[in-house]
Amino acid sequence: MEIIKLQQIKKYYDMGGAEEVHALRGIDLSIGQNEYVAIMGPSGSGKSTLMNIIGCLDTPTSGLYEFNKVNVSQMNDDQLAKIRNKEIGFVFQTFNLLARSNALHNVELPLIYAGINKTERRRLAMQALEQVGLADRMMHKPNELSGGQRQRVAIARALVTHPSIILADEPTGNLDTKTGDEIMMLFEEIHKKGNTIILVTHEEYIAEHAKRIIRLRDGLIEVDEIVNHRKILNDVK
Amino acid sequence: MNFIYEIKEGLRIAFNAIRANKLRSVLTTLGIVIGIVSVTMMATAIEGVDRKFQESASAFGANVLYVQKFPWVGHDDWSIYRNRRDISLKIAEDIQQHATLIEAVAANVMTVRPTQYEDRNMKNAFITGTTDQYIYASGTTLADGRFFSQEESNGGRPVCVIGANVYENLFPNQDPIGKFVKVGSLPYQIIGVLEKQGGLFGIFTSDNRVYIPLKSFMNQFGSKRNVTINVAAKKGADIEDVKEELRGVVRKSRGLKPSDADDFNINEQELLVTTFSGFTAVIAAVGFFITGLSLFVGGIGIMNIMFVSVTERTKEIGIRKAIGAKRRTILIQFLIESSIICLLGGLLGLMISYPLSLLADKILPTAMPLSIVGIAILISLAVGVISGFLPAYRASRLNPVDALRYE
Repeated sequence: MEIIKLQQIKKYYDMGGAEEVHALRGIDLSIGQNEYVAIMGPSGSGKSTLMNIIGCLDTPTSGLYEFNKVNVSQMNDDQLAKIRNKEIGFVFQTFNLLARSNALHNVELPLIYAGINKTERRRLAMQALEQVGLADRMMHKPNELSGGQRQRVAIARALVTHPSIILADEPTGNLDTKTGDEIMMLFEEIHKKGNTIILVTHEEYIAEHAKRIIRLRDGLIEVDEIVNHRKILNDVK
Repeated sequence: MNFIYEIKEGLRIAFNAIRANKLRSVLTTLGIVIGIVSVTMMATAIEGVDRKFQESASAFGANVLYVQKFPWVGHDDWSIYRNRRDISLKIAEDIQQHATLIEAVAANVMTVRPTQYEDRNMKNAFITGTTDQYIYASGTTLADGRFFSQEESNGGRPVCVIGANVYENLFPNQDPIGKFVKVGSLPYQIIGVLEKQGGLFGIFTSDNRVYIPLKSFMNQFGSKRNVTINVAAKKGADIEDVKEELRGVVRKSRGLKPSDADDFNINEQELLVTTFSGFTAVIAAVGFFITGLSLFVGGIGIMNIMFVSVTERTKEIGIRKAIGAKRRTILIQFLIESSIICLLGGLLGLMISYPLSLLADKILPTAMPLSIVGIAILISLAVGVISGFLPAYRASRLNPVDALRYE
């Protein structure tokens, strides 16, 4: 089943004066359920912009974005907030945990915004933390956790609402290789459980964990390939 | 449901933030503390003045009307009043005969004469000549002894009842009952002492007075005098009805034509109270405006620090928005934070001003009105919401992408 469908997505940034930056110049993309996709590209290729649009953090200048068959391209702030809350789990390079809150509360946060009651919240958050192997670290604050553990908390936070997609932006960028590998193993596991994962990275060996790689260049999709078979699926050029 | 969780989360964030920035929170809230202290102290002072006044006004008696040549409170040219005919004793007699809604009538006249006992002298005692009915038609009460009887009054006996100040001045540590004081040149035997009235109208109260029978007064000081007639309204009678009846009786007695204006005034305690509440209202308005300014300044301090707080936590706002916080959520979060800071300031202010009000009570009998406690809390909440709104609004409008990128 198709979760994400982008049609001719364009994003221009007004840089003041007559200057305009064309970050995305017409992206057509479709991502189905339980896919594991890596989005790659050099800096300036537009992959961050694409990620922000897919993650409903930003809206395209033009084009159609359907999320679970719902047109989200022209939604307002609060409608997008609801989509982010229910349908998208973010994992960031810099973890982006609330420094003053312990792991459990960090994981509970999206459930608070979803309006889940306290007992249920607790239960779900604990379950998610157990799933990422942090059952014994729930009461620790981020600064009492290692980088890998922090990222696990972030992953638990992303998983806890059972979102349609997990959107990971350079999830290993701030981790050493060994810890990074552990995190990638965790993503693998999550994927096997039926989750849809979109991974943004510029590291080839990280992208190889994905089953499909999309390469961007200058705001356009350059290559879209299935990794398992090493077969070019769709060469836009 | 969502809303309740958002508020709970907002409270949690607020307390965390305040705990994390203790010194800053204390300094920020200082403006509110000072503002609340000054507002509540202002209210306490006004309450004190008000009480003092009520107490003073009660010296005139709540149900007593005063038929007089001059009004107590007048805005017109005083020559109008000065040119009026004097109020005569005959009017008092007519009132006694014709008015039905009254309890007691007591004509009285006054002059200033030195009063002495042995070597003690009171130069400015107010000598009042009146009848035995006076005790029923005034705000005075006896502390000791009795007022003069009808016989003493009608017979013009040389007896007197003295006010509290007269007693204190002439008879320190002595029982005055039975003693003779010299009023002007004649001796009068003291038969009663009045309760102290105190208050703001020192010269009008009974404290500095020596009461002697009207007849004795006339004999000694002459009978051509302007009279004040105290009239006590019947219990349960509507004071306006009593006044109207009295007016009719006095007009008739004065021989006024229907087209003539009243050439007398019927004064009452209420009149003073009304006038005075006008004054206190003005004092209160000015006072609250000035003290309100300090609250305003405090509010600006809060706004300032909330802007800092929003900027500092841009990243946090980004995170919260990314995982589903709506604009409203963020707005509420910061409004709660500023409200809590102000509320704590308000409570702290009350904790300071309450002991201060007890101290003020020693100088000017007063108490912090309970309503002002509630009002102070509401005001500090309002200051919090108002001064927090702009920063909170700005936070709520932050673009999540930019906020997340903020370092």
